[in-house]
Amino acid sequence: MRYVLRKLGFYLLAAWVALTVNFFLPQLIPGNPVDDLLTKMSQAGPVPVGEQQVLTRLLGLGSGNIFQRYWQYVDGVAHLRLGLSISNFPTPVSAEIGSAIYWTLVLVGTATVISFVLGIALGTLAGWKRGSRLEAIIPSTTLLTAMPYFWLALILVFVFATNVWHIFPAGQGYNTNSFINVGWNFTFIGSAIQHAILPALTIVISSVGGWLLGMRNMMVSTLSDDYVVAAEAKGLRPRRIMIGYAARNAVLPSISGFAISLGFVVSGAIAMEYVFSYPGIGFQLVTAVGNDDFPLMQGIFLVITFAVLGANLIVDLLHGFVDPRTRLSR
Amino acid sequence: MTAAGVVTASADPGAPLPEAAEGVTRRLREILRSPRLVVGLCIVGFFVLLGGIGPFFVQDPNGITGVIYGHPSAAHWLGTTSIGQDVFAQLVYSTRASLEIGAGAGLLATLISIGIGIGGGYAGGIIDESLSVVSNVVLVIPTLPLVIVILAYTKSNSLTAMIVIIALVSWAASARVLRAQTLSVRNREYVLAARASGERDWRIVLVEILPNELPIIVSNLIFSMIFAILTQATFAFIGLGDPTLLTWGNMLNIAYNAEALSSGAWWWFIPPGLCIALLGMGLALINFSLDGLLNPRLRVYRARKPRGSRRQAAQA
Repeated sequence: MRYVLRKLGFYLLAAWVALTVNFFLPQLIPGNPVDDLLTKMSQAGPVPVGEQQVLTRLLGLGSGNIFQRYWQYVDGVAHLRLGLSISNFPTPVSAEIGSAIYWTLVLVGTATVISFVLGIALGTLAGWKRGSRLEAIIPSTTLLTAMPYFWLALILVFVFATNVWHIFPAGQGYNTNSFINVGWNFTFIGSAIQHAILPALTIVISSVGGWLLGMRNMMVSTLSDDYVVAAEAKGLRPRRIMIGYAARNAVLPSISGFAISLGFVVSGAIAMEYVFSYPGIGFQLVTAVGNDDFPLMQGIFLVITFAVLGANLIVDLLHGFVDPRTRLSR
Repeated sequence: MTAAGVVTASADPGAPLPEAAEGVTRRLREILRSPRLVVGLCIVGFFVLLGGIGPFFVQDPNGITGVIYGHPSAAHWLGTTSIGQDVFAQLVYSTRASLEIGAGAGLLATLISIGIGIGGGYAGGIIDESLSVVSNVVLVIPTLPLVIVILAYTKSNSLTAMIVIIALVSWAASARVLRAQTLSVRNREYVLAARASGERDWRIVLVEILPNELPIIVSNLIFSMIFAILTQATFAFIGLGDPTLLTWGNMLNIAYNAEALSSGAWWWFIPPGLCIALLGMGLALINFSLDGLLNPRLRVYRARKPRGSRRQAAQA
């Protein structure tokens, strides 16, 4: 229980830091960004009453001293009042993000799980059969890991969508040309899956190497531990030693390393979505940057950060469940 | 094989010096023979040469040649762009800038991590606790979205600004590793002895602790460089880099927006990404072979193969 509380406290702190950084960022702009933004908005359409107050509050530039402004800002975020998008005026930022986030959650979530399971399985084998031909794939995994996600995406589009073979669609989340009802029907889901294959492949290919390598190294050092030798001496079946003794312990650092890796995958996914014009939150972020849509940008930063923190909290709690030792340490 | 040196040294503590020295040279020779290190060094060396002296030999990267979307040829090794610039010349100049960013941001991030990781670990107490929490927080906040928002606001994308921003978001992982190592080194006998003999703190850190963590620092440095190059390439690709500065990411951004894909100009968008991947691989291979040298556990063979160890025992 103490472990759970400690972890919870840490992630709350991290979320607070992200929130505060987000509050201070707009202060970096010289001059008054609110006026700039309002001018831009009024070009797009009539600005509703009160938008100026919401914007100033959101950008942390409102009235009063810095503590009052900070409080107004936190209050706004807590009520999901993230202001209005400028590029898609006057849709609220929270609605904009809400329409995009499921695409990313499903795509990045599924691809990450596939990649993790695949990498751990291959890493277990590579570490177990040390010195065999499986070892030869390790140099190539370093190439895969060093590859930028978006570049791999470009190549996949070039090869499988636009120029060499026309197997998969080159972009979008589903077939927007034909009349498809977005919802739980087979046409839409089929189309969405077809459009998700190349993006998912990008994530899996580029991130599987990291899991594989980490797992393989941990396997190699675990295999020299006494209890594995003891298990071998007992004459247990190799398969049981590999999975029940070595892999079970070797996987722990990979689980706790999830934090760093997840941030990396999310970062890679942003540029990847841009290549595929995938209607997810990463593409939205890049578009928002191109349009100087600051409220949307900041909202997306908060949502991505909170999502990564939440995922890490879950993984940490799972880690405590899998490995009793972490619960005991302070 | 190397285990033999260790065995003899510990079995015969009376005359360890010449044997240990021999063990080190033998180990070095063995490492140099490892194909991974050689390949890694060759790749990195190639890029350093390309970026270092290449710009003196190629044509003007922004000069317009009149050949639009020219295929690779003798005159243009990697073809030309949509407005007729020489892709190879651009690649060479990009190599220089990308290496500068990798080295600069990597070094800066490593320096910060040394200060925070070793400083905190050695100081202990509340300083250590708070610095450790800071590193952990920086570690879990996703880097790229933060960099994107910072860049969108500050609009400062000069080479120096990029180096500083990347370094500021990427030091935390190394700091955490260094702190853990410092905590374990801090209470070893030689550090305690130095403290007991009245050495000053900064001297203990610089002379006793830092050299012992050099392997980790080098490994962190290499990782930071890979990370910096990748990060810069990513945000340059989505259009947040300095448009006048040629980097690999910037080339990819221009190629993507100029429809290089649908024009079939593979010679334009494949080389920059390949350079990033190859350089990253070269650095990672160096890191690997260093790891083999520095982490004995990765070298130990399992008890299952008793033949080799028996031979070693016989040698010893």
